[in-house]
Amino acid sequence: MSDNDRDLENTPEERHAPHRVIGTPPPAHGLLTEAGPGERAGRGGTEPHSPGEAEGPETPELHELPTDPPDLKAAKSWERVAAALFLISALASAGFVAAYVGLEIGNKNGNVVDATLRSNLGLGSAMALAFLAIGVGMVIWVRYIMPPVELTEERHPMASNPEDRSAFAQTLIEGAETSQITKRPLLRRTLIAATVPVALAPLVILRDMGPLPGTSLRHTVWKKGMRLLVYASNQPITAADFDSAGGMITVVPEGYQDNDEQLAKATAIIIKMEPGQLQAPTNLNWTVDNIVAYSKICTHVGCPAALYEQTTQHILCPCHQSTFDASRGATVLFGPAPRPLPQLPITTNAQGYLVAQSDFHEPVGPSFWERG
Amino acid sequence: MSDSNERLTMPKPLAKQGAELDDRLHAAKGVRTLLRKVFPDHWTFLLGEIALYSFIILILTGIFLTLFFNPSMTQVVYHGSYTKLDGVRMSQAYESTLNISFDVRGGLLMRQIHHWAADVFLAAIVCHLLRIFFTGAYRKPRDTNWLIGVAMFTLGILEGFLGYSMPDDLLSGTGVRIAEGTLLGIPVVGTYLSFFLFGGQFPGTEFVARFYIIHVLLIPGLLLALVSAHLFLMVHQKHTQMPGKGHTEANVVGQPMYPYFMVKTGAFFFFVFGALALLATFAQINPIWQVGPYTPTAISAGSQPDFYMGFLEGSLRMFPSWTWDIGGHTVSWDVFVPALVVPGIIFTGLGLWPMLERWATGDRGYHHVNDRPRNAPTRTAFGMAGVTIYGVLWLEGANDIIADHLQIPLYLTTEIARWAVFVGPVIVFWATRRICLGLQRRDASMLTHGVETGIIVQQPNGGFVELERPLNEEEIALISAKPPAPLSIARAVDENGVPEPALRGVRGKIQARVHEVFAEGISLAPPANGHGNGHGNGHAVTEGDGERAAVGGGPAGPAEVGEGQAGEEGE
Ligand code: HEM
Ligand code: FES
Repeated sequence: MSDNDRDLENTPEERHAPHRVIGTPPPAHGLLTEAGPGERAGRGGTEPHSPGEAEGPETPELHELPTDPPDLKAAKSWERVAAALFLISALASAGFVAAYVGLEIGNKNGNVVDATLRSNLGLGSAMALAFLAIGVGMVIWVRYIMPPVELTEERHPMASNPEDRSAFAQTLIEGAETSQITKRPLLRRTLIAATVPVALAPLVILRDMGPLPGTSLRHTVWKKGMRLLVYASNQPITAADFDSAGGMITVVPEGYQDNDEQLAKATAIIIKMEPGQLQAPTNLNWTVDNIVAYSKICTHVGCPAALYEQTTQHILCPCHQSTFDASRGATVLFGPAPRPLPQLPITTNAQGYLVAQSDFHEPVGPSFWERG
Repeated sequence: MSDSNERLTMPKPLAKQGAELDDRLHAAKGVRTLLRKVFPDHWTFLLGEIALYSFIILILTGIFLTLFFNPSMTQVVYHGSYTKLDGVRMSQAYESTLNISFDVRGGLLMRQIHHWAADVFLAAIVCHLLRIFFTGAYRKPRDTNWLIGVAMFTLGILEGFLGYSMPDDLLSGTGVRIAEGTLLGIPVVGTYLSFFLFGGQFPGTEFVARFYIIHVLLIPGLLLALVSAHLFLMVHQKHTQMPGKGHTEANVVGQPMYPYFMVKTGAFFFFVFGALALLATFAQINPIWQVGPYTPTAISAGSQPDFYMGFLEGSLRMFPSWTWDIGGHTVSWDVFVPALVVPGIIFTGLGLWPMLERWATGDRGYHHVNDRPRNAPTRTAFGMAGVTIYGVLWLEGANDIIADHLQIPLYLTTEIARWAVFVGPVIVFWATRRICLGLQRRDASMLTHGVETGIIVQQPNGGFVELERPLNEEEIALISAKPPAPLSIARAVDENGVPEPALRGVRGKIQARVHEVFAEGISLAPPANGHGNGHGNGHAVTEGDGERAAVGGGPAGPAEVGEGQAGEEGE
């Protein structure tokens, strides 16, 4: 009836064997219409619509592909184009080697970035040309030099036939039976009981990948009297130095300016306000001279909340745009951050330098389960 | 090249070698079948190949990078060629990435090809996945391969993230910090997971080395295994094909693997490599020297992750700040919902879709001929709704840039996104379905009236008419290849009007209703000129509004509608 049904009835060899040429897309190139002596299609006779019935006596089924393209002249000129492209590719590869040897990099002669970009340009364009020319040449080969062809292959059903299936099922059950595993629950259950610990026990050795958190996320290194150093220059700062209202400075705890692990929690910002701008819930006892200090670590997922807008007194975290009101205890105005940036209690020491009064009074940074 | 028509014969030495090999491998028959395997020709089939070749290029360039990259977080002070960073403290990972860029000839090229290939790899996977989805190519028996594909997609995103985190520059370090903050947000075990992954508090001294081994060995190994399985299944189950003349459920029409497909795909490998080399030459990517080494104290303004992380970024940006403090514990909904639950739903949903659709249509048959998206309006609408949700998340991930360019307030973009992520998909779903049904209606009229040619002629009586030409066979085959509506509607009620047992009760009624929604469409039978209306298109039940048609027949059979000759043969 249909291809489908015939397929199901076929013997395995037949299912794979009959490939047939059923014609090529544009009529002008049609194999069927201009079938030359060299073209024998399919297994003549077995396919209802196979053309020509030109079955050779030798190997009846194997010649499904034509020898030559329909237009030999055109093919010849395309051949020249492809050959030219292959030669260009070879030249480009030589150019790649030349660029490698010839274009110096490093900072021997002037600007290192320029030198690198020059080398990159030379190497990269040679490489691109070498690859693209081969690619284009091969496409020309397959599209214009090889004869156009379209084959039809039959699908075989994915499902195995019922005999195979039942044979499989039987083998499986037979094996299980012979192995005694179905009949001996003691054997079976103890084995299952053993596999769980044998799989889980090795997980224990992952324990030493890191220390336990303990309370380390609750504290930072800030403590009474520790000086605030200006980030990058690492100089202490006095309240008088910081006299421009509206400024924001990143500060780090003295002695930890190179300790990333501590800086990831302890980094803070100090902001100088106009008199009277600071309001509750800012703790004014923790400020000096209208200078307020907040944790720089965003309470969302920990990016440095680095942008300060002087006119609105908004602190903005560039990661997900949580916005905090610096004049009101860094309360959250917008965005996903769930809590204000904790305020660092500061004061001045005998020399007038800004120092911490204590650590933060609550954990800084992102939420964690044990934070409470 | 020979001008005569004499056939080439196997050269003796080759035949001998071949025989020796076959003596040992028993491979002649199998390999011959493989060489003759037919590959259908459709440009969308190239998308998967782009993904495959970028993956191979990632391995090649990645091996080169391992020769010079030093995955260590040991702190050093830089005194290398790039004098602007002279005296700056940095990790050896960052230092060695600077060295790859400035002191290894071709190093920058390889880095940039590697990075571009990662982006192209994931972009190609996304397009490939959409093609599979919208043409229904994931249906039985290819649902297994769909799952493998979704797994590779997920692994690819993870692999890319680990990769661009390794240079330890300011930009990528910020991404790692966000990932760490996200881990901390996982209820109960989050803090422990973070401490184990980072070997203590963030950033610690371990993560680059750990990411490295996962990046160069573990995930590439898994991907390689999955790619092999994917390709094996593809060969074993054979390709799907788009509807067209002579394309049936029982065949594959195309060009043979050898020599045609081999040359084509070989050419394509060179194209992809060449295109990536062009990108790496002319489009700078990740100039890590401009942002400086990572430090937890600073951040570069306008940070953007690679595009495939954008949807997560957007998800984090638009979620409201919900946390609970209960019993001394903090549940940070604001972190783990957008960063873990949302992607979890997206990827699980993707993976389960073929199963959901099977339930929704009751169609359990094999499908080797793909659907045109318009012919499955409900699926297409669901797909577009999904794309909309993903798109809103993705755009929100760049809302600062959008706000800047369009001169609209930043917070407004987030407010819009919060609405759009719910409203957008509903509108898009509705509109897509209307459009699909409209296209079907147009197809139906083309089948009966032919195509408008755009040529207007004046009639003797003075009136103007547009000339129409009948569809050619290829067009008829394409248009009328709409599969029959899923069967269970027809089956749901027996002759006496009694619903099937499976469709009784509330759940059954819901399912029957869903079937109907999925089945909505127009019957697109080829013109009844005695040609082509073959078997399997037996009893068309047209329902009230004239738009719906349930056509009976075996699940695999009726796609031959339109293949006139097969139909005649069957009669
Ligand atoms: C799907 C596969 C892969 C993806 C998506 C991927 C992605 C990435 C990305 C985005 C980078 C950052 C590049 C930069 O701008 O610096 C990177 C770096 C790197 N990758 Fe891969 N990669 C893949 C496979 C591999 C493999 C198989 C290897 C090695 C055998 C490898 C080795 C490296 C190395 C050594 C680096 C660090 C060097 C550097 O950053 O310049 N990658 N990878
Ligand atoms: S980390 Fe600051 S808003 Fe997300």
